[in-house]
Amino acid sequence: MSRITLEKVCKSYGAHGVLHDIDLDIEDGEFVVFVGPSGCGKSTLLRQIAGLDRPTSGDIRIDGKLVNSVPAADRGLAMVFQSYALYPHMSVRQNLAFGLENARMPRAEIDKRIAEAARMLEIGDYLGRRPGQLSGGQRQRVAIGRAIVRNPTAFLLDEPLSNLDAELRISMRAELSALHDRLKTTMIYVTHDQIEAMTLASRIVVLRKGRVEQVGTPLDLYNRPANRFVAGFIGAPSMNFVKGSVVEVGEAATSVSLMGTTVALPRPAAGAVAGQTVSVGLRPQHISLAGDGEAGVPVEVALVEALGSETVIHSRTATGERLQAVLAGQHALRTGENVRLSFAPDDLHLFDEGGLRLA
Amino acid sequence: MGNVLAFLTRRRGGDRWHWTDVVTWVWLIGGLLVMFGPAVWLVLSSFKTPAALAEFPPTLMPYVIEEVSVAGYDHPLPLYEVRQADGRTVVLAEVRRIGIIAQMVDPKAPGAIVKVNIADRAPVEKVSFATSNYTEPFVHFDFLRFLWNSVFVTVMATAVTLLINSMAAFALAKYKFRGQSLILIVIVGTLMVPLGVIMVPLYSMISALGLFNSLWGVIWPTVATPTGVFLLRQYMLTIPDELIDAARMDKASEWQIYWRIVLPLAAPALAVLAIFSVVWRWNDFLWPLIVLSQSQLYTLQVGLNVYAGQLNVQWHYILAMTVVTMIPVVLVFVFLQRFITRGIATSGLK
Repeated sequence: MSRITLEKVCKSYGAHGVLHDIDLDIEDGEFVVFVGPSGCGKSTLLRQIAGLDRPTSGDIRIDGKLVNSVPAADRGLAMVFQSYALYPHMSVRQNLAFGLENARMPRAEIDKRIAEAARMLEIGDYLGRRPGQLSGGQRQRVAIGRAIVRNPTAFLLDEPLSNLDAELRISMRAELSALHDRLKTTMIYVTHDQIEAMTLASRIVVLRKGRVEQVGTPLDLYNRPANRFVAGFIGAPSMNFVKGSVVEVGEAATSVSLMGTTVALPRPAAGAVAGQTVSVGLRPQHISLAGDGEAGVPVEVALVEALGSETVIHSRTATGERLQAVLAGQHALRTGENVRLSFAPDDLHLFDEGGLRLA
Repeated sequence: MGNVLAFLTRRRGGDRWHWTDVVTWVWLIGGLLVMFGPAVWLVLSSFKTPAALAEFPPTLMPYVIEEVSVAGYDHPLPLYEVRQADGRTVVLAEVRRIGIIAQMVDPKAPGAIVKVNIADRAPVEKVSFATSNYTEPFVHFDFLRFLWNSVFVTVMATAVTLLINSMAAFALAKYKFRGQSLILIVIVGTLMVPLGVIMVPLYSMISALGLFNSLWGVIWPTVATPTGVFLLRQYMLTIPDELIDAARMDKASEWQIYWRIVLPLAAPALAVLAIFSVVWRWNDFLWPLIVLSQSQLYTLQVGLNVYAGQLNVQWHYILAMTVVTMIPVVLVFVFLQRFITRGIATSGLK
């Protein structure tokens, strides 16, 4: 059992605030991913939970027990560092055993746990080697192994895949996911890569400038981003934003004018008033080429990226807005060509001038 | 072999000599002479007899005058080449010298004394190594006792130096606390205080602690070195903090972090400091001379001092024993040289 609760956690270094009033409730067995641009405080937050740093104010509870003043080693957590932080002068076996020896565990039990972790992570063949003699992926496994043997109540992973090449990262991602399914232990994972966050998380915490922007399942965040930042951060390529204004707010629909046309969202926009300037978000994947006779926004193609399975086009509207579109399949489009793009009104997101979601 | 030759004769100018090639060779050969000259001179001179040492102009190699036993004389007589009036040269043995006239005999016909002006003769010399310079001190000089004292002081002082300097360096490199940089500046600042300034207070402290005439009295004042703290701190700064965080997550106490993580990883810098410390302590002269007044406690360097009397300096013994005391230091450098260069390179210290 490990339920981690943060209440109004703040951290500042001198006058410089890094974390502001973080409230978070992490359930037992969850795979929570902290995601955000670099410098948003996600690693700092992880260090507070680990106990490597003390919050300036606020409470951290593990299973309801206040752990603010409990040292890192006694919180029952294990951490995997970005640089792996394997002890370079010790063999893999010694690396795995170090924490257990410090806990004065009997030799037989240590050997048993190492053997089990080695089998699970397939690192049995190089237990006698030093970290310097291992490849990046192998080091990564050892670092995870060092966390596993401690049998922690929760795993904390600080950008564990960022030092691997792209191919290895994808396979390790799948392995981590499988590991979580098998161990069913709480995992808190920090990354700046939103694709990692989307693929791994049972819940994502989006952070920006030391504040939580939104907490939710990956699809929640994708489908109903709470603000413009989350909308732009989640999803690749990122969401298009165009200027628009509210024409009419109804009970079941909201009509908005944008890019020279007026569309009706089949949803009410709470708090919106007619004439209000809004930012309208539209994912590139939700845009398609307008068929003959179909309504569409005329644009001029500025760049075509043919990826084979899909075609990404960068375009400019008559009103000067930039639109990126991801079209399925291959299209014979040229730079400078004029085409018409269409989208479903249901796929639009409305944000007010402060960036908060209206509909 | 071919590679070595190709490397040595490689020139910037290709087939021809560029002026930088000439400058490089002159510079390197000059440097070799400046660095090695005194050492070679010392070793060669340590094999000279007192007479050869006093000779002017000095010779590079240790020469002695060849001697021969002549019937009718108790001791062997020195041989000289004598230029005779008719221009021929003969080899004669000198019996005695009176003023500028030497009385000489022909070793083959020892009956007749020949009188020769000393300007007309030259000694017959041969190279001979006076190994007695080395063997005699071992007999009437308590070399083994002095050696033991020196080894004890060097080993103990180095061990304690490594321990306490690395502890200070660990704290200064890996803990954040108020006044951290001030403490570092003060420690490094003590480099500016020469031994002469603190000698008297140091002496009264050692004396008050009852360490006068004790080898520990030589050891304790030398173990805290600003150079060592600085060198180790600079090196420890390169050990990633994440390793220490990882050790903390692994339930390691602060002592274990120091002893099992930081110390093994700082081994190259520790090796450098160990070498420096060995050389410093081995060569120490002034402080042991002050603290130790009983001859059974003398270190080698102090012990050597017995050959330098007020009126008479026995250079041949001093030179020979100096060579002997140099051997450990030279060995340390020969075998640990790669640690020195690597440690200095990585700690950014010269």
